[in-house]
Amino acid sequence: MDFQGYRRKTGKVGIRNHVLVFPTIVCSSEVARMISEKVPGTVYAIHGAGCGHIGDDKEKVIRTMVGICGHGNVAGVLLVGNGCEVIQPDLITAELDKIGQRYEVVIVQEDGGTPGCIEKGTKLAQQMVEEAKRAKRESIPLSELMLGLECGGSDAFSGLTANPSLGITADKLIAEGGTAIFSETTEMLGCEHVLARRATDEQVAQDIYDAISAAEARAMSGGEDIRGTQPSPGNIKGGLSSIEEKSLGCIRKGGGTPIMQVVKYSEHPERKGLIIMDATAADVMNDTGLLASGCHLIVFTTGRGTPVGSPIAPVLKVSTNSVLYGKMKPNIDVNAGVIVDGEGTLESVGQQIFDEVVAAASGKLCRAEALGHREFDIHFDMLV
Amino acid sequence: MKPKAILIDTKDNVATAFQELAKGETVTVSLAGTEVTTVLTQDIPFGHKFALSAIGLHEPVVKYGETIGLATDSILAGRHVHVHNMESQKGRGDK
Repeated sequence: MDFQGYRRKTGKVGIRNHVLVFPTIVCSSEVARMISEKVPGTVYAIHGAGCGHIGDDKEKVIRTMVGICGHGNVAGVLLVGNGCEVIQPDLITAELDKIGQRYEVVIVQEDGGTPGCIEKGTKLAQQMVEEAKRAKRESIPLSELMLGLECGGSDAFSGLTANPSLGITADKLIAEGGTAIFSETTEMLGCEHVLARRATDEQVAQDIYDAISAAEARAMSGGEDIRGTQPSPGNIKGGLSSIEEKSLGCIRKGGGTPIMQVVKYSEHPERKGLIIMDATAADVMNDTGLLASGCHLIVFTTGRGTPVGSPIAPVLKVSTNSVLYGKMKPNIDVNAGVIVDGEGTLESVGQQIFDEVVAAASGKLCRAEALGHREFDIHFDMLV
Repeated sequence: MKPKAILIDTKDNVATAFQELAKGETVTVSLAGTEVTTVLTQDIPFGHKFALSAIGLHEPVVKYGETIGLATDSILAGRHVHVHNMESQKGRGDK
């Protein structure tokens, strides 16, 4: 089965045709926003990263920025640097050169401060928008599509309706040869033996154990014994009998296929199929990691409701219950609450999400895009 | 009609109540061509599980197609399945 997407000269596939105005440091973020707001057809991504990063953390930030700036959904990128930041635009452009991504650079300290930078950046961005208009959609097999799976603001229905339905969607995409990535390592705690059993080989099984024990150790070093308190008394009252059951309610959004690889935050997988990204459960930062790792779009299940989107990709919302759907209908793409209402089944909702994913990949705007949502943030561990 | 409970994976031996269910009620769950009917022998609160078939002592309780714990008692079909008659293989931190 095919979708209608873009083939980039970078070799990547895209489902959107954005020109991105991207600050390499928080200090130049407002300049980036001002440029983008002057040039129709551009988007901007504001974040708090760019300075004070060292070692592995610096590598992670660079990898993330390169993943976003070189993304298949991005036709061209205008990098807006301040000039003295740790993450110099050169660090990003060196990587973009390797893949042949279209970019331009403006630097506040060198291009006449705010007004000069806006004037130069506006022209460059306009030029890239004109170039981007030449891109045409074409048929691309679903085997080249990568879907990010996310849940946030979970409720008692998350593990019963939306997540199992999304799991069916993931199974369908993977049956087409495609890729789905799920994340949120702390929510896999207590399930490592279950996940390891589903690993495609012993190395992946070991990577699963390592990722989960590292997440537990990080929480412990922060004074929190997250395993010892699970399931919480409230969970038990609600019917959850074990940490396995609680974690599986989250993990089920990945469906039931073998786990092919464990990747780091914003790292590109080398294999197709179901992938685990070892990363934070904080929603917007996690979305960035999924996109930087190559996901073209994200499906986000929610029981309490969330409006978040992305500057460069569709983020489809699936409500777990119809009360939320009634309250936040303009934000919700698919209501899995129909399963509780007797108006749908796990299979029918799984198919509906799948159909919406293919439609979004072919250009249909999801609710978050239509409403103008472009939440963005980059995860880093520490600043010095 | 609103379903009384949900079966999430055809390998599961428990279903989860979508509403407050009473002892004596007949509940049918179905998924992907599999249909299971159970007569409840206990009240089942919303969000709680009941056995679809007999689960022997130390046998796995299966939900999401995976083992969520082992039975600490022999559990007959229609019984409430929870912390009183099943236990995590990872232990429980709060006791």
